Amino acid sequence: MDSVEISRFLTGMTLAVHIIFATIGVGMPLMFAIAEFLGIKNKDPKYIALAKRWSRGYTITVAVGVVTGTIIGLQLSLIWPTFMKMGGHVIALPLFMETFAFFFEAIFLSIYLYTWDRFKNKWIHFIISIPVIIGGSFSAFFITAVNSFMNTPAGFEMKNGKMVNVQPFEAMFNPSFLVRAFHVIATAGMTMAFVLASIAAFKLLKNKYSKDTEYHKKALKMTMIVGFLSTLLSMLAGDLSAKFLHQVQPEKLAAYEWHFESGSKADLVFFGVLNEKTQEITGAIKIPGMLSFLADNNVNTKVEGLNDFPKDTLPPMIVHYFFDLMVSMGVLCFIISGAFILTMLIKKLRKYTTHKGLLYAVLLTGPASMLAIEFGWFLTEMGRQPWIIRGYMRVSQAATQAGGITLVTILFGLLYFVLLVTSAYVLLRMFKNKPAQEDVDKVIGKGGHE
Amino acid sequence: MDYTSIGITVLWTFLFLYIIVALIDFGAGFFTLHSKLTGEEKKINHLVERYLNPVWEVTNVFFVFFFVGFVGFFPASALYLGTVLLVPGSIALILISVRGSFYAFEHYGQDTKLPWIFLYGLTGLLIPASLATVLTISEGGYITEHGSHLDLDWLQLLLSPYAWAVVFLAIVSVLYISSGFLTYYASKAKDKVAYHFMRQWFMFWGPPMIIISLFVFLSLRIQNSDHFYNAVTNYWWMFAISFVFFLIAGVLNLMKKYHGLAFIMVILQMGFAFYGYGLSKLPYLLYPYIKLSDSSVNDSMGLALVIVFVLGLLLLIPSLILLLRLFVFDKEYVEGKK
Repeated sequence: MDSVEISRFLTGMTLAVHIIFATIGVGMPLMFAIAEFLGIKNKDPKYIALAKRWSRGYTITVAVGVVTGTIIGLQLSLIWPTFMKMGGHVIALPLFMETFAFFFEAIFLSIYLYTWDRFKNKWIHFIISIPVIIGGSFSAFFITAVNSFMNTPAGFEMKNGKMVNVQPFEAMFNPSFLVRAFHVIATAGMTMAFVLASIAAFKLLKNKYSKDTEYHKKALKMTMIVGFLSTLLSMLAGDLSAKFLHQVQPEKLAAYEWHFESGSKADLVFFGVLNEKTQEITGAIKIPGMLSFLADNNVNTKVEGLNDFPKDTLPPMIVHYFFDLMVSMGVLCFIISGAFILTMLIKKLRKYTTHKGLLYAVLLTGPASMLAIEFGWFLTEMGRQPWIIRGYMRVSQAATQAGGITLVTILFGLLYFVLLVTSAYVLLRMFKNKPAQEDVDKVIGKGGHE
Repeated sequence: MDYTSIGITVLWTFLFLYIIVALIDFGAGFFTLHSKLTGEEKKINHLVERYLNPVWEVTNVFFVFFFVGFVGFFPASALYLGTVLLVPGSIALILISVRGSFYAFEHYGQDTKLPWIFLYGLTGLLIPASLATVLTISEGGYITEHGSHLDLDWLQLLLSPYAWAVVFLAIVSVLYISSGFLTYYASKAKDKVAYHFMRQWFMFWGPPMIIISLFVFLSLRIQNSDHFYNAVTNYWWMFAISFVFFLIAGVLNLMKKYHGLAFIMVILQMGFAFYGYGLSKLPYLLYPYIKLSDSSVNDSMGLALVIVFVLGLLLLIPSLILLLRLFVFDKEYVEGKK
């Protein structure tokens, strides 16, 4: 590998690790706030214990999220110094605002975690969760703005290879910002809900402490409802993204679907194998006209094909698989959570709500949605290749020239390995052999609620 | 004031704030480790924990804030500094990550483990040392340039007395500031055992810190004489004031009185030395490659950043005060009754 490829690998590795914890970081505050809300409103100590236990586990993931986030923030300059020189001052505003949002979140999260017993009025503690949610979501918004800028640069003029006449707000609210931010937030909510649902399903299947059954059932129902709703939003956001790509980044959409020849009634291609030389696709499921429909709600819409773009500006064809995998995972979660919701709504089916088969299916949703997040980011990042700032700077021009990149990559690889293994170990030990009923009793001991 | 001056003032202040809160945090980790190893953990650990648990995450943000702001205000310096700092910067990052996560694993996890305390206790001393190396490099003399290719001269850096003096100063400052704060926190908590323990450390580390500071000054004369002469001719009074505050802090501690005031003296002492160093360094950000004026930000972005900064502070300062009131100035919490 040359230094450009190593730089790409290192950045990809950092982001792949960070995105797990970042997604938890955005989704989790919402989940424990809802649980606490239900707990206070219904005077139900089980929900309060739920919120407490979730937030306790969250302290571990948030720590790793903070450090990997710090790493990626600095790596932007360390690994891609030429990029930061060219674009750093254009994306400075959202980057700066992101740290403010993060700061805000960090302060109130600290307060939230350490003031469970401090306030007489229990709603005050709940209210503290709101700035945490706002901080988390806004930091996701702003950092997505930075990434959107790299996809759809705006708000500057090019003079002698320099970005001048910068319009900060135009750069921040670049064309793809809103649709991407929507997708990021919705899928974070969805993923976190399903991860927690998986845990509840796992505990119910194992049934180690029979006293905990009620507790886990409550968790399961709540997370499945939130999961289903945010899956609907995520699918809407995904659909908007496809339409947006059709308008603004057609080469990306075409690469997702191996769409070579421009034309109307374009097929949606599902999996399959591509022969890049002959542009033949074998073994794929094709849905005629669906890509056109996806792009513009009309099967007759003309979708631009890959052959219409210069060869050296095309992304790698592997993105197709990431697209298919992401969509399949999303659809899987939709079906399972939809089925679960049906059993809750229809009286006759209610006995199946905690049926073993359904619980096993729910168990899949957590890993599936987390994988969908990873596939989605691989898809969008690789789909931007070969550009680091689309149309302005190639990845190969931006990578660092400094020696030592291989050493640094190995060191970071080791670090991530240790962090992932240890955080999983700590989290497992935190909740293993710790029946939830103990925590519920503690809450009751303090007067039923706090 | 133009945007570059505002920018550098703001950033330098944030770096200073980071240094204060981080050094308290780093030192506390080291004291935890030390007391664990000597079997005296009951003396201070509860105290350190009560303070650190709620604030450590906020500490980290100060650092990110400084860095992001720096790249935003001075994009041209990103190319130079980013390239040169790839290896030392990455090592610092790895240390920060190890410390942050193992701190959380140790404190929020199920059971405590000595190797984890080791990891976050020792990295706490190494992080300031590795970050101080960045300041060393910015004095010039450690970068070789071949055409567009920049490289850090490691041998030169490792053999440099100036670099080592700065590293030692960083480590000693950690112990000094941290014990200064914890003395105050312990006296507030009316925790006699912890108080005596921390006060001893504080008195112990004062004199060596001044001696090493002098050595840093003297070796700066060899490393970067422009900077040295600028500091002694134009800004000597700032260092003199700093020394006076150092003496006052020491006397107050000898008298075992007014520990809150004594810690404010410590902050002022550090502040004057830090700003004196920063001012005398100008106009260079990275000697002799980057001047402050070379890398100024575009005007409209500068304005936007300053506006956002002011609005952000309006949001942050009350929140920080709330945090401090709940965990540092709340008498009952500090005394462990909450």
